[in-house]
Parts: sequence; structure tokens; C-alpha cells
Amino acid sequence: MTAEISETGIGKPARRKEDFRFITGNGHYTDDINRPHQTHASFLRSPHAHARIRSIDISDAEKAEGVLAVFTGQDIARDELGGLICGWTVTSKDGEPMKVGPHPVLALDTVRYVGDHVAMVVAETREQAEAAAELIDVDYDALPAAVSLASCQNGDAPQVHPEAPRNTCFEWELGNKAETEAAFSKAARIVSLDLENNRLIPNAMEPRAAIGEFDKGTGDYTLWTTSQNPHVARLVLSAFVGVAPEHKLRVIAPDVGGGFGSKIFIYSEETACAWASAKVGRPIKWTGNRSEAFLSDAHGRDHLSKAELALDADGKMLGLRVKTVANLGAYLSTFSAAVPTYLYGTLLSGQYDLPAIHVEVDGVYTHTAPVDAYRGAGRPEATYLIERIAETAAREIGMDPAEFRRKNFVREFPHQTPVIMNYDIGNYEASLDAALEAIDYKGFPARRAEAESRGKLRGIGFSTYIEACGLAPSAAVGSLGAGVGLWESAEVRVNPTGNIDVLTGSHSHGQGHETTFAQLVSSRLGVPLDDVEIVHGDTDKVQFGMGTYGSRSGAVGMSAISRALDKIEAKAKKIAAHLMEAAVEDIVFENGTFTVQGTDKSMAWAELSLAAYTAHGFAGSDLEPGLKEGAFYDPTNFTFPAGCHICEVEIDPDTGVTKIANFVAVDDFGTIINPMIVEGQVHGGIAQGVGQALLEHGVYDPESGQLVTGSYMDYCMPRADDLPSFRLGFTTTECPSNPLGMKGCGEAGAIASPPAIINAVTDALNIREIAMPATPARVWAALQARQPRAAAE
Amino acid sequence: MYQFNYHRPKTLDEAVKALAGADDPKLLAGGQTLIPTLKQRLAMPSDLVDIGSLTDLRYIKAEGDALTIGAGTKHADVAASADVMTHNPALARLADNIGDPAVRHMGTLGGSIANNDPAADYPGACLGLDAKIHTTKRLIEADEFFTGMFETALEDDEIIKEVTFPHPEKAAYMKFANPASRYAMVGVFVSKGPWGIRVAVTGAGQDGVFRASEMEAALEKNWSPDAVANVKISPDGLNTDMHGSAEYRAHLITVMAKRAVEAAG
Repeated sequence: MTAEISETGIGKPARRKEDFRFITGNGHYTDDINRPHQTHASFLRSPHAHARIRSIDISDAEKAEGVLAVFTGQDIARDELGGLICGWTVTSKDGEPMKVGPHPVLALDTVRYVGDHVAMVVAETREQAEAAAELIDVDYDALPAAVSLASCQNGDAPQVHPEAPRNTCFEWELGNKAETEAAFSKAARIVSLDLENNRLIPNAMEPRAAIGEFDKGTGDYTLWTTSQNPHVARLVLSAFVGVAPEHKLRVIAPDVGGGFGSKIFIYSEETACAWASAKVGRPIKWTGNRSEAFLSDAHGRDHLSKAELALDADGKMLGLRVKTVANLGAYLSTFSAAVPTYLYGTLLSGQYDLPAIHVEVDGVYTHTAPVDAYRGAGRPEATYLIERIAETAAREIGMDPAEFRRKNFVREFPHQTPVIMNYDIGNYEASLDAALEAIDYKGFPARRAEAESRGKLRGIGFSTYIEACGLAPSAAVGSLGAGVGLWESAEVRVNPTGNIDVLTGSHSHGQGHETTFAQLVSSRLGVPLDDVEIVHGDTDKVQFGMGTYGSRSGAVGMSAISRALDKIEAKAKKIAAHLMEAAVEDIVFENGTFTVQGTDKSMAWAELSLAAYTAHGFAGSDLEPGLKEGAFYDPTNFTFPAGCHICEVEIDPDTGVTKIANFVAVDDFGTIINPMIVEGQVHGGIAQGVGQALLEHGVYDPESGQLVTGSYMDYCMPRADDLPSFRLGFTTTECPSNPLGMKGCGEAGAIASPPAIINAVTDALNIREIAMPATPARVWAALQARQPRAAAE
Repeated sequence: MYQFNYHRPKTLDEAVKALAGADDPKLLAGGQTLIPTLKQRLAMPSDLVDIGSLTDLRYIKAEGDALTIGAGTKHADVAASADVMTHNPALARLADNIGDPAVRHMGTLGGSIANNDPAADYPGACLGLDAKIHTTKRLIEADEFFTGMFETALEDDEIIKEVTFPHPEKAAYMKFANPASRYAMVGVFVSKGPWGIRVAVTGAGQDGVFRASEMEAALEKNWSPDAVANVKISPDGLNTDMHGSAEYRAHLITVMAKRAVEAAG
């Protein structure tokens, strides 16, 4: 048994426990669940980017076959339900809070993006609901739309919300402005770069879905939904929207097929399903189709930035000045205001000793789908900016990009940046050196020459990134505007037979928690992996939790489990001491056995577990029966995963096609529980980074505001043959602020890789800048602009 | 999906009758375009006439100087056929690169050319190989068959039975796939055969597949990659969208034509 545990302990590539049910089709996703007497919902969505609703005639839809009810925004308003909220308040530089336009569950008098929710039809079947939705007659007064991020703040741009003049939600700043101006005034050289961070559409494999059910007898609501954080959903739906009191609402997020951030948020559809289930008196299911996902899942990224870097004569960074316009879409989604501010501006120091930084961010409304956190959330945008300008600066001063970074690395820890973050530990040179070695940097000129002999353009690009995970110290985020604390909870329940249920507030939707969390418990308590069950995703089982995003489940969620295990161990030792008539200090717990130091007295784990529940031997002690402990872990600092990605591309100048020839990622994630799962996370993250850099682009028609990329015909998801074999490496500095030394790995690939790829593309093309995604058409156009046609012929 | 009447005829005659008797019918073969369109509620035919089970439309015959392929033949059948590989390997490779494995095992030759998607591959092969399209009513030359985007010379109650592809001396197809859809953004089919030289371009044109006569003339004079490498195609009439300008597509036609001639040998 011990041998078995040694194969599944911390640091071992244990096979994922959850995969059997997923790959054999035995998962239980929301759409797999069917409730007795269930009905089906369909949502009528706005065909306009911006229109006033003159009237809605539902009479034909109500009479259609199978229809049970048709609801509009007026029905919801009559019930005095609140709108959807943004849980983070950003304050503008003039001290004013951000300007929030109301976000009704179903539109009242105005629609603000194509796909906005206009009405809900509930019918016996999904087909009937869809058919009836088409019979709703909405009289729209179509209005001009503010679609372009570049012009939405102009005085003559159509207004999204009257509450926010010039479509400006907030004008935020961070950093030391005066020092930054001073740094620029004494700079030997200023490098500037205009950058676009392209809009992405998340595309989780499982579309969003919900089932709302109301129990007439008890007044209890149950909502099954595709959520990364069911407790937060319950809190918002009860405290702000007012669907039901918190104790009368159970939210269950069963198996969830990917989220990437898009399932953090509380959307109209699940809200309406829960609310309407009491009106209809039967359970209501809604499962989004892929088109609805494109239209109405919160999108990601979408920034326009101007970046300036001040350097001294030796190439030392003196200051960074950034002005960013960040698209928030038509409504503020659940965490949207935090993403382009506190998850972005705070990371602009990168791995560099940058004494002065000043960043200004305008968060703006447009007539497009809401924009919120998407894998990396703010940190990819920051990393893209600092790593693109770092590479550009190195090229312009004629310094090797690796050496330029080395010259500017932070080397002493802790390091306080000018933008809030206090880096606790790291070794940036170690990951850079390992990556240079792995990619054979010295051999690059020969590889470039060889490619040239085949008519191909080869380039190399770097990204030495840092990000902040382990979200987050509650007091810190509270002082910055968060409406919630970002701790995590855990409860360890030892059963009388010795096996263990672990309840966690983290939520697994692909991350493998059922394995990695069990690995921690198994190795701490000396029980086989299969004796540990991870329970999550149900507000009736787990008391409270903040959910999974921001690569927080290892650093925060497992730290909570670790704290609960400390308490379990402490109590178990007390029981063992009592039963073996020894002092607690003399009890040693190792490999699942309690021994009295210096004696041959011992108790096995299972024996002790049973004794804890029979409680036969507790007489005369102050011990309570049972063995169950909980912990709330609130981190004391962010964690700072960092590393170095290097990409080599080869471009076919005839077609503009970019192939990734070589990709190396060396990451420092602190302690790694399961290297196989971590590698999988890095692979997936880089795949999404390749998507952003070369393939994916959420595009709206600038006039009509129609979503041009509303399907896979135009939205280019990465496929296996778009990707190289990634070569991964790890360097480790253990995080000092949490008990396990973990930093987080879920987003690093998506954060680090885009600038490495674009740096490689611009190197191959010998140009300063190319917009993401660097599609074949854009690369070819860049080549035409670089080489006059006559010269090329 | 909207409601429709479903017919499953046992013979082509019955299929023709079902078409004639319906208000706004659609033929269903492999369903690789039609079924997704129906599921997205983008089409509302009154009747669906399903000829997918007419197995006597599924054959490949090598007779004389031509291959004759039944309209119900799947792309995967064409890709795997020893006869096609022997006599017309370019056609086998084209079929092997249509869509994904599911599409290739469901989609049919007849369905593809009857739909005439401007980005489909088979129209390029038909036009590039001087194919003869046999229907329940007549024989239609490929040059006459493709009449515009999603438009063909087929009448409402006319069904494709088979397509004859004369053997080429040399032929190759080069596709530049749209990065997102993987349909042809530019596909160029070049051939040399009893018909002379043909260069057919699919994917790029606003009106669907067309012949690049300047390239054909250049190859008549000199069958070599260099001969087409210097032929510039006008961007007029080519598509412009988020995946590329008409100028880019025009350039790609030249690049793909050159590569196709290289591959054809």
C-alpha cells in the first residue's frame, strides 16, 4: 500500500481519477441532467447592436403549440428583480466611482448588442420554444451603434448608457506619475509602440446551460448551472438579483466542460431559468448552442494601448508610460472592471527592475458583447505590452534581446514594484538560461541561414513573463474595490472506516482537482489515492467557496485543505495519545501510522478513524467524538509564477503562412503536485496563446455591430496541426507565502506565449509591429509593405 | 430545425416524383451542408427527399479513357479507390483533403457539386478536368454546369446520376485553406489532357469556380511552373473578407497554380 502511495504522492504524475468517467461518456454535465416534468427555454435575442424597443407583441408566441409562458423584461421588472452586477468597483483618477449602466436580466426599453436578451419562451420541448420565440413581434427603432474601440469615446459617438458620457465607464490610473515623467525627461532613449490586444471569444467545449427548479412545498430553488464558482452565483442571485434568499437557493455546478473564465460570471439565462421556474411551476432547462455562445458568452481582451519605455544610455530601463483603452462591451459583466485595471496595471513591471511606471486605463462601453476575464485576464495584456516593447527596445538599441532582459531583471527579493505588487521570490535568470539552452539559442543563426536557403524567413522571439496568481489577500482586494474576499475554504471529513471526503470551495472544470487535491490528502494522511473523494460544486454540500479562476485553486484552495489537514492531524494525535496513554508530544504520525515515540505502541489510520467515531475510549478526556475539520485560508500575498518562453517561427513569404518551428517554455510554478497535469495546463495555455497570436479574432462589423465571427467558419480555433510539439522545462523557487509553496500554473501558457510568438514573427519579417492575430493575409500584407512590389519582382 | 415532410425514395424515379410533387423541396444526400443549415434554422424546405440510401448511386468505374463516379459516392471512397489513384491521383488527393474524416465518410460527389459552394473543392476538379455531369434528364458539360455562387444549371426536378472524369495526362490540385473553416480560400486545379490545358480556380471568385484563361494560355506555350509564376491575376471579381483581400487571393492563385504545376510534373 505504501508503494502505491509513493506513486501518487506530491510530485508524481498520478493518472487523473476523473478521466474514466469523462472518456467513457459517464460525466454528468448540466445538459445530461433531466428533471421530472422538465420544460425547455429559448431566448429571443436582439438582431440589432443598438435599438430602442417600441413594443413587444407576445400574443402569437403564447398561443403556439406547447408554449407554457413567455416572459419579457417587464415581467422581471414587475417582480422587482435586480439587474446583473459587477462585483468590483473601480474608482477613476478624479475620485469618482465608475459609471455603471443598468444590466437588466431581459432588456427593458433598449437593446445594446447583437445577442442581447429580449424575451424568454418556456415550452414543453426545446423545438417548440425556439419556434415560438420566432413568433414574438418586436418593434425595434434601430439606432446607430458605437462599435469601434478607437472611436467610441468621440463626442459624436452613439451612447451606450446615458450614465456614462463619452461611453467612458472609468478613467483609472496607477503608478508614480511624477517619477515617471522625471524618468522620461532624463532618458537617453524613448521607445514607443502602439499595440492592439485582439478580442477573443472563449469557446469552452461545453456551452453554458442551466436548469432552474422550484419546490412549491418548501419554497426552495435549485439551480444546476455551468459555473466555475457556484457559491458566488448563489450570493449574487440572492443578495443582488433577489431571486431567492441565500438559504432557499441551492446552486449546483456539476461536471463542467471548460470555462477559461467565461463561466465565472452570472448571466441572464441561468438567472431567468431559476426565477421563471417558480412562475411556471416546473423545472426549466436551457442549453446554449454554439451560436449563442459566440454571441453572448463574455468575450476577452480587446485593448488598444500606447506604450513608451524610457532607457538610459546603457540600456537600463528607467520608466514605463502606458495609455490603454479597454473595451468593456455593452454591460459590465461580473468582474469586468477588475480585469483591465488591477489584474493588468499591476503586472506592467514584468520581471524588470523598473523604478517608475505610470499607467492610465480608460474602461469604455461599446455596443458589443460584455468583455470580462478570459484565461489570464489582464495579465496576458500586460505581458504582451511589456514583452513586446522590451524586445522592440532591445532591437532598437542593438542589444541581444536575452541580454537586454538579463540586464534589467529583478534580482533581489522581496521586490516592491511601483504598481502595488510585491514580488516575493523568483529566479528569472535561471528560467531564461534553461530556455536558451533548450532552444539552442547559439544555433539559431545557422537555423535561420538554412531556412533562408529554402526560401523561408525564420525568426526568434522571447517572453520573460511574470503573472500574479493565488487570488488573493482579501484585505488587499477589498481596499482596491472588490466586493468579495478571495480566500478559500475546505473541510476534511474522515469517515469511520478511514476513507476521506474532502469538501472544497474550488471548482474543477478540467483542471484535475479530483486527482491533485487527493494526492495532497493521500500523501499527508498515508491513505491510498482512491480512498480520498473530492466533493465540490454544490452549495448544499460545501458551506462556502470562492471558486476556480486566476490559477488560485492550488495556491489558495489546496492551502485551505492543507490547513484543515493540520487540524485533522492535531486532533488525531490527541485521540491517539489518549488511546495509547501517551503524551500528545510523543505521538509521531508517519505513513498512516501513529506511534508513541520510543515505544512499540502504534495505531493504524483506519483503527484511529473508527475509534474517533465509536468514542468508546474518550471517557475522562475533553475530546469530542468524530474527526472532521474545516479551514478558511486567506492568502497573505499574491503568488508570482514566472518563466521564459522562446518561440521560433518560419514564414513562407509566398503565402504569408507562419509555422511555429520550435517552442520552449520554462516555468517556475513553485511546488508541483502532479507534473503531468501541470504540463497539460501549460500545453493548453500555449495552444490558446498561439490562438491569440496567430488565429483567433472576435470581429464585429464596425457599422452594423453584427458579429462577423459568429461561427467556426470565421472564428479560427487552434487545431492540432497548428501547434508544434512544445518543449517544457521547470525551474523552482518555492512560494514563501503559502504552506505548500505553490504558485499556480493554469494561465501561464496563455499569458506568456503571445508576445514570444509575435516577437518571433516581427523578427522573421524584420518589421516593428504586426497586429494579432498575425494571419497569413496580414503577414503577406506586411511583406508587401516592407518590400515595394517592384523590388520583389 | 423547422418541420418538413420526409421522403425516402427507393429509386431515382421515385425521388424525381417526390421532388416534382413538393412545394419547396430539398434533396438530401450526405447532408454535410444541409443538415447543419437545417439545425441552425437557416433553411425551411417543405420536403426533404433523402437519396442518401440509394446505394446504386455509389460506384467508381474505370472504363475506357475515363472514370465514371456515381453521384452518391462518398469522398472517402474516391480517396481510397485504386482506380482513381491509378488514373487520376490528383482527384483522389483532392477528395482526401475535403473537410474532416466525418465529412469525407458522409459527403457525396453529387451533393458537393449540386450545392456548388464557391469554396468547395469538387467544382474545381470538374471544371479542371472537363468533366461530364450526367443527370436524370441529360448530360451537362462542366463548363455549363456551374453558373454562379451556389447556382448550377440543374433544374428543380433534375438529379445528378454520375460524373465522368476523362483521364488527364497530368493534373494536380493545390488548396490554400481558409485558416478558420479549412474550406478552399484559393484552390487551383491544373491539368493537361485530351481537352488541352485547364486551370480551374475555386474559393477565390465571387461567382464561384472559374477558369484562369491567361494561365491556360501561358501553359499552352510552356508547361512549367515558371510559366504561371509570372501570370498576375486581376483582383476584380475576387472575394474580400476578414481572411484576406482580393489582392491577396489574386496573389495566392498564382502561388497555388505554380505549386500545382510543380506537383503535376
